[in-house]
Amino acid sequence: MGKSTIIPFGPQHPVLPEPIHLDLVLEDEKVVEAIPQIGYVHRGLEKLVEKKEWPEMVFVIERVCGICSFGHGWGYCMSVEGNLGVEVPPRAQYLRTIWHELSRIQSHLLWLGLIADAFGFESLFMHSWRLRETAVEIFEDTTGARTTFSVCKVGGLRRDIENEKLAEIVKKLRDKEAELRELTSVFLDDNSVKKRLVGIGALTKEDVIELGAVGPVARASGVSNDVRLDGHGVYNELGFEPCVEEEGDSYARCKVRVREIFQSIDLIERAVAAIPDGDIAIEIKGVHPAGEFLARLEQPRGEAYYYTKGSGEKFLERVRVRTPSNANVPALVKMLQGCDLADVPILTLTIDPCISCVER
Amino acid sequence: MSNLKIGKMIMRSLFGEPATHMYPDVPREWADVTHGHIEIDIDNCCFCGHCARKCLTYAIDVDREAASWTIKRMRCIQCMHCVEVCPKGCLKNLPTYTPPNTEKVVDVFVKPPAS
Repeated sequence: MGKSTIIPFGPQHPVLPEPIHLDLVLEDEKVVEAIPQIGYVHRGLEKLVEKKEWPEMVFVIERVCGICSFGHGWGYCMSVEGNLGVEVPPRAQYLRTIWHELSRIQSHLLWLGLIADAFGFESLFMHSWRLRETAVEIFEDTTGARTTFSVCKVGGLRRDIENEKLAEIVKKLRDKEAELRELTSVFLDDNSVKKRLVGIGALTKEDVIELGAVGPVARASGVSNDVRLDGHGVYNELGFEPCVEEEGDSYARCKVRVREIFQSIDLIERAVAAIPDGDIAIEIKGVHPAGEFLARLEQPRGEAYYYTKGSGEKFLERVRVRTPSNANVPALVKMLQGCDLADVPILTLTIDPCISCVER
Repeated sequence: MSNLKIGKMIMRSLFGEPATHMYPDVPREWADVTHGHIEIDIDNCCFCGHCARKCLTYAIDVDREAASWTIKRMRCIQCMHCVEVCPKGCLKNLPTYTPPNTEKVVDVFVKPPAS
């Protein structure tokens, strides 16, 4: 047994898209403890609620993060709508669900690219991001933006998608499905990829429950934790079933995300087939949120909370966002204990850390 | 051959069309709705300043006396809130980005005096 050494990992590191710092306590090549530190991208967005009126705050909240942007906007709107006690038109709920699932596709493909980059498979990274462009282009075509969309508003949506365009979206996604299967089979079947993922950083079901992990991290360990089961949006009508794996290692986390990409395409197709005609927003005038409301939403990275508290005035008293990466940091610390130093970058990425979300 | 799973994709990339465009020689295709930049029909503007008050990033300045409307391009986040709140409908989104620049561009639009 060698003596302990502390190696700093991050906040600037080639595999990290955003800054998180880990102090890795090593004995030889084994990590015995990992001490996380965040706080490098704190912007104080929640504090802005004192200066931005509640209808405009949605623009701020959806800029918490560029990858989960649509979900943040939707979660905030859901919370304020609950506060005001208003019902959103069904067409808006369907469109929100479609955009949210499209977000999940692009987020998971982005993650696949990042993990490929982390284990040194550059061409796989490029192909993952090439296919991600399909989803991002659909976003640009339907919302006008690639990452921060500004389409959600309290009471509904700012923009509709024509039914013909919705059918085109499904066709575009289905056309890419064969290529997606080819790409994801590399992640799931290629020996060199499996050697970096199988059996690495395994978390048991008990660990996940004790540490409160959410999203694909929890589902990869056999915990069927998915807020979509509660039926926000129109998930109840679409017959949603969560993707769950039992192994709990990095490979299972990859597999859950891969399965969710195809599941999201199915959900979008079902939503497009069932979408009703009608209004996309209701007008809200002369009332301000008074009271508290907590909305929950399944982001690509897991369960997120959106808390709003109003006092009947145009400025809310408090907005609080609890993001999934925040809940997954303790799981990361646990899975790093006992791993090899060379696996730290991959394990850090397997929780799909979104540090901008964590710090807001 | 589970070690050569990506082989087919790589061969297609080698002999097929590139996935990227040779920008700027091949111009970018914009969607009709792309949030590019804000343009103003200054002749129609009443200088009420509603857009400036509602702008989240304080990118817009309106001077009623000088009849000028100013936008700091680098501050604008293209949320299109000003377009939504303009009572005269004189603000609109154009689906092209402003050109890249090394300085923070400020565009000033002045209404010509009525003759």
